[in-house]
Amino acid sequence: MAMSWFEKLIPSRIGTSQDKSKGNVPEGLWVKCNGCSSVLYCAELERDQDVCAKCGTHMPVGARTRLERLLDTDNRTEIAAAVEPVDMLKFRDSKKYRDRLNQAAKDSGEKDALVVMQGAIEGQPVVVAVFEFQFMAGSMGSVVGEKFARACEHCLEHNLPLVCFSASGGARMQEALFSLLQMGKTSAMLGQLNERGLPFISVLTDPTMGGVSASLAMLGDIVIAEPRARIGFAGRRVIEQTVRENLPEGFQSSEFLLEHGAIDMIVDRRNMRDKLGTLLGFLMPGVRSEVPALSHQT
Amino acid sequence: MSQNFLDFEQPIADLQARIRELQFATAETDLNISEEIDKLTRKCDALTTSIFAKLSAWQIAQLARHPQRPYTRFYIDSIFTDFEELHGDRLYADDQAIIGGLARLDGQAAVVIGHEKGRDTKEKIYRNFGMPRPEGYRKAKRLFELAERFKLPVFTFIDTPGAYPGIGAEERGQSEAIARNLMVMSQLKTPIISTVIGEGGSGGALAIGVADRVMMLQYSIYSVISPEGCASILYKSAEKAADAAEAMGVTSGHLFERGLVDRVVEEPLGGAHRDEEQMAASLKQALTEELKGLAEQPLDSLLTNRNAKWRSYGEYKEG
Repeated sequence: MAMSWFEKLIPSRIGTSQDKSKGNVPEGLWVKCNGCSSVLYCAELERDQDVCAKCGTHMPVGARTRLERLLDTDNRTEIAAAVEPVDMLKFRDSKKYRDRLNQAAKDSGEKDALVVMQGAIEGQPVVVAVFEFQFMAGSMGSVVGEKFARACEHCLEHNLPLVCFSASGGARMQEALFSLLQMGKTSAMLGQLNERGLPFISVLTDPTMGGVSASLAMLGDIVIAEPRARIGFAGRRVIEQTVRENLPEGFQSSEFLLEHGAIDMIVDRRNMRDKLGTLLGFLMPGVRSEVPALSHQT
Repeated sequence: MSQNFLDFEQPIADLQARIRELQFATAETDLNISEEIDKLTRKCDALTTSIFAKLSAWQIAQLARHPQRPYTRFYIDSIFTDFEELHGDRLYADDQAIIGGLARLDGQAAVVIGHEKGRDTKEKIYRNFGMPRPEGYRKAKRLFELAERFKLPVFTFIDTPGAYPGIGAEERGQSEAIARNLMVMSQLKTPIISTVIGEGGSGGALAIGVADRVMMLQYSIYSVISPEGCASILYKSAEKAADAAEAMGVTSGHLFERGLVDRVVEEPLGGAHRDEEQMAASLKQALTEELKGLAEQPLDSLLTNRNAKWRSYGEYKEG
């Protein structure tokens, strides 16, 4: 975030893993918008958090980049960084799961599809979990479930709110039923947060589908979506094949979900940090302001 | 009675046809061939035993979806008494793919909920092939909460190809309906016992399956995606469904070994549909035993144990 436009211009000779995770920004100075095909200046796109200044298209962002932009610079700690996937079923389809994992690690610079950090947003302590879509389409297997569970436990232990940015194709098929049960695992952990009165804000980004949508992502006390994200349970093709009719305009978009009452609001990525700060202020009273929490005792 | 035989059961079908012919002949003539019939019957049982001793995952998947396999309503009627069906989610509709209500297990009042597939074409359509829409899950949620309020144990019966992938289902929040149930079940202050009786199809199955005890009937399957779905995505061909079923390890034996289900209820020789009464009796015994174990636990340790159980699923390493 602190990187100046000048530094961006100089091609880095030492490729750090952090640079790699910004895989969505191609090398070079210019990039074409996925939405309107405008040619955008990379430094400007970076400043706009990968949102097209012309049409507002929200382009994909890596998990670490998102955390980098979202959290206050001080006091960040990664949680459960050492948790790694195993190929417990020796699963093999057209490729071996083991090979897919290795490839995904290379593509994304991550060990699996979730990164969790404790930090602060506008001075308010928070735990943030972010899906890494570059890692096997952000699919949820044992590691994602475990890291999410540890994020929740960290919240329970330290009385912290949880924020999660989801970007996922759903449950990871290569871990079969292990993956399905992660839906139960993550939802049960959120159930504990719920019982304790700790807030969970879920931010849905493009895409949030299947088993992730049908578990943790839809369980936010507040559910936010980035504009024009694809959000749903079943994939479009599956639905089209089942109902044999054309899907309505804008089906399964953030705007469609807002209209149907499924989410609380759509927030532009460039305003996300502010918005989360405001919302956390409402739900965690006393943390930021001096105003004491409401008490029913007189 | 004509039995519906699967491909791999053909040798059994042939033998049974011969036995029937002989029985027919005995009735027609005075020839005493009962000895021959007995011999063939024993041979047939031995053959069935040997075929069923080494079923592939795909063959078990076919048994799990067998057109004559007993459905939820059968188990409710044969295991429980005094069933009072309760309808509707109070929000939109009464989904016929999930049935539920009040019933008694040996006198003990309980809430029972399960997917219902439908037997003939007309009923299949009425039941939407056991594929619930959000209102089905919300009806289930209403009944979970009712059970908690009146301190009734919950029994769920899982048998669905999956949640319905339709336009209306998406419009009304299929994801949220499933997710909400997972969370509500995980913290519900009453014992929950779930049994996969046929097809445990993905999130649509799990949405009534976050329980204290999860059981599977021997020839039922439970998976993250249907073998066909997995094959068409990962193998790029739905024909590889058998391979996908094997790779995912969808069978009760495999899942029990992995610690992902708590108990397997043995089925009669040839599968539940060959002897429904026996199946119901063994399932009833298992349900009774499990409930006894859970009822002995104080509520707070029940919930602690349930949370610990769901927290524990997953395999990973820490490097």
